[in-house]
Amino acid sequence: MFSRNGSAVAGLVILLIILFTALAGPALYGVDPFAIVSGPLLPPGDPDAPLGTDGIGRDILAGMLVGAKASLIVGATAAALTMVIGISVGAIAGFYGGRIGQALMRVTEFFQVLPALLLAMTIITLFSPTLTTVAVAIGIVSWTSVARLTRAEFLRIRNLEYVQAARAMGARNRRIIWLVILPAALPPLIVTATLTVGIAILFESGLSFLGLSDPNVMSWGVIIGQNRDYMLSAWWAVTIPGIAIFATVLSVSLIGDGLNEAFNPKLRER
Amino acid sequence: MVPVSALARNLLTSIVTVLAVIVFNFTLIHLAPGDPVTVMVGEMGGGDPELITRLQQQYGLDRPFAEQLFTYVLSVLTGDLGFSFYYNMPVLDLILQRLPATLLLVVSALCLAIVIGTALGVVAAQRPRGILSHLITVISIAGFSAPVFWVGIVLIIGLASALPIFPTSGMRDVTNIGAGIWGDTVDVAYHLVLPAFTLATVYLAQYSRLARSSMLEVLSADYVRTARAKGLPERLVVYKHALRNAVLPVVTIAGLQFGQVVAGAVLVETVFAWPGLGRLAYESILRRDSPTMLGILLFSAVIVIVANIVTDMVYRMIDPRIGARA
Repeated sequence: MFSRNGSAVAGLVILLIILFTALAGPALYGVDPFAIVSGPLLPPGDPDAPLGTDGIGRDILAGMLVGAKASLIVGATAAALTMVIGISVGAIAGFYGGRIGQALMRVTEFFQVLPALLLAMTIITLFSPTLTTVAVAIGIVSWTSVARLTRAEFLRIRNLEYVQAARAMGARNRRIIWLVILPAALPPLIVTATLTVGIAILFESGLSFLGLSDPNVMSWGVIIGQNRDYMLSAWWAVTIPGIAIFATVLSVSLIGDGLNEAFNPKLRER
Repeated sequence: MVPVSALARNLLTSIVTVLAVIVFNFTLIHLAPGDPVTVMVGEMGGGDPELITRLQQQYGLDRPFAEQLFTYVLSVLTGDLGFSFYYNMPVLDLILQRLPATLLLVVSALCLAIVIGTALGVVAAQRPRGILSHLITVISIAGFSAPVFWVGIVLIIGLASALPIFPTSGMRDVTNIGAGIWGDTVDVAYHLVLPAFTLATVYLAQYSRLARSSMLEVLSADYVRTARAKGLPERLVVYKHALRNAVLPVVTIAGLQFGQVVAGAVLVETVFAWPGLGRLAYESILRRDSPTMLGILLFSAVIVIVANIVTDMVYRMIDPRIGARA
């Protein structure tokens, strides 16, 4: 059903192109993104720098190709962390319920109250601004909605007959949680995971735009942040990396939307 | 009617949450390597150990952690959020000074997004398979996918060259001092257009999708079919019967988003140099001005809690089914 959704397939194609560029690009275009290759603020189309140069004369194309890696890896890692924390908390809260469930939901509510972006900014500044810190910080502040969704799915599924059958056959709790209930809860979680990747990439770009990321690693957000002061004299340095972020998140969102429709045939009739 | 017991229960949980937030933030900042005095003295260029020790004593940083935490919690509970090393003024005054600008920005953006987003969603829901509906879906996915700071930058670049009507930086024009209340309002409104519009694009996507799906659900409900069967005109069915129920989830999301007001405004305020709380938060984090950081983190959490309580109460008032069920 997914393959019949035109925009979702388009999203997948865009994403594959971006992934290919991120993997092969730096090898094919071997310019150091930190090296000053030419005069500053050179417009695109120059033989030395096809996408122009930034405020201090670094090659934008090189920055774009190398920066893709950091943006994508941090986004994917942060999204994976978000899903792991969220699913674990939600699964345990939904399966056991009672006091444990109550306590975990209190913790979830507590984290929902904290201002996500501000907390992430604080964590990154206080501890060292490395890519790991950035990914962990994003994970720590974003897992709550995943936990709530997982809990709701577990509450719905845990009393279904096939789960009771597994229990009657003597399956242990751990097995029931991860191998019996979780697979049935996967469809909405997969959709959420896709959207989470998009949100995490946006989150990372915002943090590196603000300068709260590893200063020695190039990423799309970093290019925009470092060229903010030249936005009126060098539109390319701030616009092009933004298009890349936009295209990546858009492709991921379209895929998520397509998966959602594929999992819920009812939505298609509307 | 607002049920008093629900309100009381909410308030009690909130007090516990606020205490937990204070302890969490304070512990987080103290877990980090280095203390504000060392950073501050380092920035001033001097590394005199005697000065550092004296300042640490002055701010109580040489005391055991538990004692510092206790002192902090006590002072916060009496309304004292501490004193900013950097801005040289009480943190609470600093926050209250910056709050109106942020409120103005976020409330304008939210109103813009709710009105336009709901309207788009309602239009889309009436012909769910039409071209217009698809277009609205694509636009809302695109709005969700664009980094908000980049939207602001693109607007600045585009408008600065093509249509230089709206100011792209700050909240007031320096030449406009003494323009009177009316002149000042017009000036602030001009400065507000671009930041509010930028922030609204992020919210807009969510509202149009939400309004579309909740409208679709309501339009297929029995009572809507009954209204149609009675021969009521379609406009009356859509706008009077269906819309009133379809806005319920919109209210919830609006309340929750309002709660994230400070965090949501950080990026837009930075791009447009808007003198609000978000920028204050950013600056205090960069300067490791811990009393201000702690104050803003706490203040933001309190706004979220208050917004949640208000949303819950409003929801109960609009939708009497919740009260009956509880």
